[in-house]
Amino acid sequence: MTETYIKVENVRFSRAGRTIYENVSLSIPRGKITAVMGPSGTGKTTLLRLIAAQLAPDSGRILVDNQDVHTLSRTDLYKVRRKMGMLFQSGALFSDMSVAENIAFPMEEHTQLSHDTISQRVSDKLHSVGLRGAADLMPSELSGGMARRVALARAISLDPELVMYDEPFTGQDPISKGVLVSLIRQLNDSANMTSVLVSHDVEESLSIADHVCILSGGRVIAEGTAEAIRASNDPQVKQFLNGEPDGPVPFHYPEKGGDLERDQRGVAS
Amino acid sequence: MKPIVALGTSFLDWLEAVGRAGIFLVQSIFRVPVRLNEAINLLIKQLYSVGVLSLVIIVVSGAFIGMVLALQGYSILAKFGSEEAVGQLLALALLRELGPVVTALLFAGRAGSSLTAEIGLMKATEQLSSFEMMGVDPLRRVIAPRFIAGVICLPLLSIIFSATGIMGGLVVSVSWLGVHDGAFWSLMQQSVYFDTDIMNGFIKAVCFSVVVTWIAVYQGYECVPTSEGIGKATTRTVVLGSLAILALDFVLTAAMFGDF
Repeated sequence: MTETYIKVENVRFSRAGRTIYENVSLSIPRGKITAVMGPSGTGKTTLLRLIAAQLAPDSGRILVDNQDVHTLSRTDLYKVRRKMGMLFQSGALFSDMSVAENIAFPMEEHTQLSHDTISQRVSDKLHSVGLRGAADLMPSELSGGMARRVALARAISLDPELVMYDEPFTGQDPISKGVLVSLIRQLNDSANMTSVLVSHDVEESLSIADHVCILSGGRVIAEGTAEAIRASNDPQVKQFLNGEPDGPVPFHYPEKGGDLERDQRGVAS
Repeated sequence: MKPIVALGTSFLDWLEAVGRAGIFLVQSIFRVPVRLNEAINLLIKQLYSVGVLSLVIIVVSGAFIGMVLALQGYSILAKFGSEEAVGQLLALALLRELGPVVTALLFAGRAGSSLTAEIGLMKATEQLSSFEMMGVDPLRRVIAPRFIAGVICLPLLSIIFSATGIMGGLVVSVSWLGVHDGAFWSLMQQSVYFDTDIMNGFIKAVCFSVVVTWIAVYQGYECVPTSEGIGKATTRTVVLGSLAILALDFVLTAAMFGDF
């Protein structure tokens, strides 16, 4: 039986008067790639920020490696975060540092490694994402796909136990998408990491995910293997996977007190 | 009842914001650097960005304000036959008031707005979140060096402003208007006191530096991470910074020179 690495238990979260999650529970297995999918605005990125304790739930708890991350002191939380890597949607490379400096930064901050060892590791990490020749470039000189790969190299620079990918395929050309898909699979398997992939790119996500979780209307509507999700008869899951405009998931943002809002409340309840 | 409720809510919101800003200031000051050499490197970079890059506007403005003061002062003093006292007027006006106040206003416009926009953009591009995710405190890595650099630079820029202002006034009054240079310097020397004039002006500049830099880094850190949010935060830095300088100047002047 696969061991659980992250456990989300009865989490409720609301922001600006809007309920994002209503009693959400899910498990993320250790050493596997878990894809968290769902329509835009459903709170996928919020889930990553809750796991990283950048946001706190209104109620419920989130255990990462059996530690409730929201009860930790600032110092302990920063220690836990050193075991996490995150690929932000924008890449979030430090604009005043070169590519090599960006990747070296976490190692310089958290290890006692010599300058030569760090340089060697930076070179290895860049090689693993196919950008060894870009070490001296500045982030402003990189294309979107290259920036995402550099950010990936930085996210794995401390060999974390957990890597979280926030919409890694958004805005990428087909070649970059393919490269990222194989990189995520390869990195997860070679370093025995746990990966959480947040995306609404159905094909790419299902092609590499060992475990899939679909969120909609503030709750988990489906969870299981990619095959099980593809075979699901749930109308919401089918609508999302097939990209159908008509179905139980509304296309229009609800009007206050309007029919759509009442419909959504019905879905969420 | 509604207006009273709204007023109370606004006051409570304001009080909460002031409290948050106060905690932010304390946290920014007392975050201990992990590695001293890294902290020094970060500080030097910010000293250059905040201080050295502000030099041109400070020197040019100082020189012109000194020249205008000399012209205006000379035209009035000449009516009483005291045109030699123009040096005294220049020095006292610049060291006590114009040096610290105008430098702080220019600093809020040049360096303060730049600090807010830079930090706001780092927030919008998730760089601050990225630091947090790596277990690196953004207050220590991003905010503290910028805050300390601002507090160091503004008083030094204020001294440079006053010095160039006096030199600008010297050129106009001695070389152009024909004031005797010996009288210019000796009257200045007689009437300017280190403790009351130079030190009080310097203390004002230190107070302004804390307030302006605090407002600038706080506005950047707390801004809404959108282009509109950064724009508004930058404007708030300049407006709130300028108002705070002028209000604080009155309080400090009353405390320092109000004993008639």
